[in-house]
Amino acid sequence: MTEPLVLIEHLVKSYRRGDQVVEVLRDISLSIPAGAFTALMGPSGSGKSTLLNLIAGIDKPDSGVLRIAGLDIAGMGETELAGWRAANVGFIFQFYNLMPVLTAFENVELPLLLTPLSRRERRERVALTLEMVNLADRMDHTPNELSGGQQQRVAIARAIVSDPTLIVADEPTGDLDRQSAAEILALLQQLNQQLGKTIIMVTHDAQAAAQARNVVHLEKGELLADEPQRA
Amino acid sequence: MYTLRLIVKNALRHKLRTSLTILGLVVAIFAFGLLQTVIDAWYAGAEGASNTTLVTRNKTSLVFPLPLSYEARIRAVPGVTGVGYANWFQGTYKDPKNFFAQFAISGASYLDIYPDYLLPPDQRGAFLRDRKGAIVGRKLADQFGFKVGDIIPLKGTIYPGDWELVVRGIFDGSQSTTNTATLFLHWDYVNESLKKTMPRRANQIGVYVVRIDEPENAATISAAIDREFSNSLAETLTETEKAFQLGFVSMSEAIVVAIRVVSFVVIVIIAAVMANTMAMSARERLGEYATLKALGFGPGFLTAMILGESLLLSLFGAALGIVILFPFAAFLGTVMGTMFPVFEVTRLTVIQQILAALAVGLVAAIAPTLRATRVNIVEGLRSIG
Repeated sequence: MTEPLVLIEHLVKSYRRGDQVVEVLRDISLSIPAGAFTALMGPSGSGKSTLLNLIAGIDKPDSGVLRIAGLDIAGMGETELAGWRAANVGFIFQFYNLMPVLTAFENVELPLLLTPLSRRERRERVALTLEMVNLADRMDHTPNELSGGQQQRVAIARAIVSDPTLIVADEPTGDLDRQSAAEILALLQQLNQQLGKTIIMVTHDAQAAAQARNVVHLEKGELLADEPQRA
Repeated sequence: MYTLRLIVKNALRHKLRTSLTILGLVVAIFAFGLLQTVIDAWYAGAEGASNTTLVTRNKTSLVFPLPLSYEARIRAVPGVTGVGYANWFQGTYKDPKNFFAQFAISGASYLDIYPDYLLPPDQRGAFLRDRKGAIVGRKLADQFGFKVGDIIPLKGTIYPGDWELVVRGIFDGSQSTTNTATLFLHWDYVNESLKKTMPRRANQIGVYVVRIDEPENAATISAAIDREFSNSLAETLTETEKAFQLGFVSMSEAIVVAIRVVSFVVIVIIAAVMANTMAMSARERLGEYATLKALGFGPGFLTAMILGESLLLSLFGAALGIVILFPFAAFLGTVMGTMFPVFEVTRLTVIQQILAALAVGLVAAIAPTLRATRVNIVEGLRSIG
């Protein structure tokens, strides 16, 4: 039997706030297969963003197993982890996190600077990716010249331009109006179904979660029962 | 290329803040350069001094003269290839504020020791033939409009009387650092007058200038000259021309030290201003640094971005400061006239300005770089929104 893309066993994470130690995730065990579109749901403070950060390799667990594509990322050093993220993870943030001084094109090009691609290859790939997210005509615009939905599409283009295995999205529709949110979710579905990207999305919007193929509920740092996977 | 574009765009993000910081850098680097130029002007005489020229003066003090009869005995010291002499004249041209250096010299023997003074042969001949003749440096001629054939009336102070000198030549300097803000007249003319009016002061020399064969023999020959006149009524002190000039500078060393301190304080202040600008920028961009780190960028890229921006600002400000320094120094040199005979921005000053700008850029980038490279990704991402 092949190992799932994300394998989590007895994962524990706590933070220190002053003298107090707050346990954010308690004994989490979870597996997400390659090609899944999983929504992590739960109320504020349930630990869903922390879990996403751990899976994305930008935070480290206190204990437990955390393997992505068979790799123990919890045991990696900072430099190794940065290289792993650059090659394997695409990030989509609630507030887009684009570089405000760069154009849409330059923002999408950013992750490719960490690859051995030539300038020409980079430009070709960026143009293709911006076309995929339907923003070819906005490539020279800076973020403040774009709407929220367009900025999030640039962020999605940036997340997929280096062809990562895993896309992590933290409240990707949290700052958008209904229509833009629907467009972004449709785009994520397209990436999942047509390109086979594994997507893990944190949301507390039930409508957004409904677009995912399976939903994982967290409450007070503990995992509740999974909803059955949709086809 | 991409990183450079990002650095430039980041630098121009807050145009007013960037402009004010650059303005501060321009003023600081300009002021630093100007103060260094003032110091250089102070030392210009000593810097321009030859290694093969010695100066022999009265051991007691420069204000006491030496007998004219010493000339032949100095000339006889082994290693000496030429001897001239000069007296500080200190006449007033029309108004005391028209100050410039005047020396009563021994004529050809003096000029031969200073090949840096470039005088056309016909003018040299005319000067040497005319006992009442004088030669003036180009800077002096330009300042007062002296031309060959003009009469310069000087009112004597050290040597009382009215002295009318005829300009027989205008000399240039072989180097830009050669002092051409000087007038030379014949010591014979002065001495002749003294013999009539104040015979006790006649045949008395201010300093002897001595040309020697090799610079490395300077100490031996100096000692030999001084030995020649030891236990006499007018014992001598012989030193290199450079040491002699530095002796003058040392009298005002406190001022030079003060100027030097101020010039470095200016740099320290602008470094603090620049550091504050960079710290503010870094604080505002912590979320961006966290995003870059999340995407996989390491400390090297963040350091290049911050250090690059800091150096870009400091070097751009320095470039402007250096560019405006040259015309301003030229203007100031003209305004100050003969007070600083040589007042020009040296290559060393420009190098110091560039180094100061580099130091400012580096120092200003330290704290923001440390902060950016150490930012916790999760904490940094939380600061956005």
